[in-house]
Amino acid sequence: MAMTATVGHAHADPHHIGLVIEHPGPAPKRIVTAYGFWVFLLSDIVMFSCFFAAYAVLSGQTAGGPNGSEIFEQRNVAIETVCLLLSSFTCGMASIAADMRNRFWFYLGMAVTCVLGLIFLAIEFREFADLVARGYGPSRSAFLTAFFSLVGCHGLHVSAGVLWLLTMMAQVFAKGFRADVLRRMMCFALFWHALDIIWVGVFSVVYLLGSGA
Amino acid sequence: MPAVRTVEAMMLGKLDWSAVPFDQPIPLIAGAIVLVAILGVLVWVVAKGHLPYLWHEWITSVDHKRIGVMYILLASVMLLRGGSDAIMMRIQQAVAYQSQGYLPPEHYNQIFSAHGTIMIFFVAMPFVIGLMNLVVPLQLGVRDVAFPTLNSVGFWLTATGALLVNISLVVGEFARTGWLAFPPLSELSYSPGVGVDYYAWSLQISGVGTLVAGINLVTTVLKLRTKGMNYLRMPMFCWTTLASNLLIVAAFPILTATLAMLLLDRYLGFHFFTNEAGGNVMMFMNLIWAWGHPEVYILVLPAFGIFSEVVSTFSHKALFGYRSMVLATMAICVISFMVWLHHFFTMGAGPDVNAIFGIASMIIAVPTGVKIYNWLFTMYGGRIRFATPMLWAVGFMVTFIVGGLTGVLLAVPPADFMLHNSMFLVAHFHNVIIGGVLFGAFAGFEYWFPKAFGFRLDERWGKAAFWFTILGFFITFVPLYVAGMLGMTRRMQHYDVASWRPWMIVAAVGMAVLTIGVVCQIVQLVVSIRNREALRDRTGDPWDGRSLEWATSSPPPVFNFAFNPDVRGEDAYWDMKVHAQQQSLQRDGPEYQDIEMPRNSPTGFVCAFFATIMGFALIWHIWWMVILGGLGAFATFVVFAWRDHDEYVIPAEEVAAIDGINLEERRSLVSMAGTV
Repeated sequence: MAMTATVGHAHADPHHIGLVIEHPGPAPKRIVTAYGFWVFLLSDIVMFSCFFAAYAVLSGQTAGGPNGSEIFEQRNVAIETVCLLLSSFTCGMASIAADMRNRFWFYLGMAVTCVLGLIFLAIEFREFADLVARGYGPSRSAFLTAFFSLVGCHGLHVSAGVLWLLTMMAQVFAKGFRADVLRRMMCFALFWHALDIIWVGVFSVVYLLGSGA
Repeated sequence: MPAVRTVEAMMLGKLDWSAVPFDQPIPLIAGAIVLVAILGVLVWVVAKGHLPYLWHEWITSVDHKRIGVMYILLASVMLLRGGSDAIMMRIQQAVAYQSQGYLPPEHYNQIFSAHGTIMIFFVAMPFVIGLMNLVVPLQLGVRDVAFPTLNSVGFWLTATGALLVNISLVVGEFARTGWLAFPPLSELSYSPGVGVDYYAWSLQISGVGTLVAGINLVTTVLKLRTKGMNYLRMPMFCWTTLASNLLIVAAFPILTATLAMLLLDRYLGFHFFTNEAGGNVMMFMNLIWAWGHPEVYILVLPAFGIFSEVVSTFSHKALFGYRSMVLATMAICVISFMVWLHHFFTMGAGPDVNAIFGIASMIIAVPTGVKIYNWLFTMYGGRIRFATPMLWAVGFMVTFIVGGLTGVLLAVPPADFMLHNSMFLVAHFHNVIIGGVLFGAFAGFEYWFPKAFGFRLDERWGKAAFWFTILGFFITFVPLYVAGMLGMTRRMQHYDVASWRPWMIVAAVGMAVLTIGVVCQIVQLVVSIRNREALRDRTGDPWDGRSLEWATSSPPPVFNFAFNPDVRGEDAYWDMKVHAQQQSLQRDGPEYQDIEMPRNSPTGFVCAFFATIMGFALIWHIWWMVILGGLGAFATFVVFAWRDHDEYVIPAEEVAAIDGINLEERRSLVSMAGTV
């Protein structure tokens, strides 16, 4: 097909803005990876928001079963919260250690994060097992359905996070602080902190509001 | 023998020979034909020794162009499946007047559920995602998407979903609940079979694939644009891609969560949407449509982008009102989240809520109208060439306006109370989805085919396909509007009202015409492949295009561009061509450099393999296989994370050799144009 360009150079700046800041080109890989992971986290938070919404809709539907104030144990929840918030701190320490290429502090930070995560999961598991044993499992009422799903979804995320954490430690052990390993570490840290933020939501909406009711 | 039964239940879950519908000849024969066809193709591939080629060049490819082509291939195959369902339904309703027709109710219900599910999730979605994958990195002037391997994972997971839906044809059954599986019908007490499970798991798996594609394309558009490609210089298709993928990222997690809740109800006795224990059915409606309405725009926005490119190119003018187009796109992106309740005005939310959502639904027609006018003004005063893509674009404008107006009509709550769930609604959404999305996909297919394969499609067969399709469309769906006005509800396996009958017969005739259109397109493909030497596109710019995808050869080299293009304004390639007339296309003997490209990876395929196993096992309650699939998926993830070299280098000499050929063609073209 013949090229019959006759319009001239009219379209380079058709709106005559004058000053145009030129886009510098593709971002470096570190930025691209972190950005993509942020976008993923946003989508994950949208998913959580559905479970929050379901909880808000169903929390009054106890169908003759217990309500929140009858089953929540604030002492346990307080320990869970402390564990998770502390683990965010130690995860941050591990991130700094990774940036400093310091293996000892990296392993230590990750190990403590892992232990705190496991304690959190153990307490949550015990709470769930206890409720089920008392006949207050998720099939008892719509309220318990929504409760188990929201808290359980967060718990599943923490479990996946622990698996990822162990994989990261193994990666650093085997590959060292390579650029791609560091990028993954950054994503892991983002993930872990995001779970913390979601827990703050769970803590407030489920346990604090629920205990008061 | 209870012991034997327990072992069987452990090994096979709910699966036994009764799952295969030996008593229903239609799915069995269809399944057998497909199976024979697949086996035939496989045997041919292996016998001809094409397997290594297929494995290295396609299945494990992380090249966005290849993945885009595979997406479109998947969509095309599934279009034939979904189209067969449509033909069966039209015939059923034409004959089932005061009789049972030829499809028993339980089979008919599966067909309309499968038709909707397939057409939305496995035709429209992969088609537009395929086109975005193929074109957007080229238009942005970059070498690949942000996450090439994830891109492959996303495609293969989508393919897994499609595979599971097709398996349901011969092993077990598909949902009988309609394409959105509303509870309480979709709950275990009313749908005890595996149909809903097939539906939900295939959508969960392909939904993950879609989310991955969405994250990938958002990041690509926002972070990988070439030098000088400012936001307001991006081609319109990139803008609509951005909007559409932002919607994917924001909306698909809602679908995932909603289906997860439904599955929890079905598998573990939860009470999200049950009638008992305080479950709330209307919560499902709200959640599913909070995804479902944005989904409509996820599909149609890329189509709008395609039309913008096509109309501008074939009118030989820059797009009219580029900035208003960008604004309209982003406005639709936002408002699309504020209209979901219009899908169930009859729920009884009250007049205030209904009024607000009715008004919001009418407001969203405004930016859409802006777009229509922009296309019309782009054509106004242009030198229009009615090539096949342009025919689809013009056909779209006419068809889509009709569909849009009936949509505004349905947005009036009192009118909706009359027309809710009627054939009028069916006609309306086919009017916008076929007229908008499918015509857009076909326009994009015709327009970018030469870019993907290096030769144009046959124009005569293309035009025939267009005319049969648009004619067939109107003959099929205008009668459905009328039937809806006459009170016919949707999803009827048979009916006794005499006045509906003639319209159903006309619609069936229309379906036949539509089918001829599809056949024309298949013939077009075959004829074009045969005549590919005559149709060869040597310059990479067969349509006298305006954006960067036409600045490289057809098909583009694996690295897309030997040099990262430097963009100076809108219509980047048009600009370059204009300049080239004065300066000769490029400086002589450009200094080529080594190019790093991502390596192929079987990760996507292996992931999909385990996802298929896991999905199938979950549907049939085969728990050991679920665990096996899960372990396999995690192992794949670790192995992928362990790889040491994820890139390879194309040496400068090779880049020079590849680029040189295309440069020569272009130079000769420019010098020819210069003499005119």
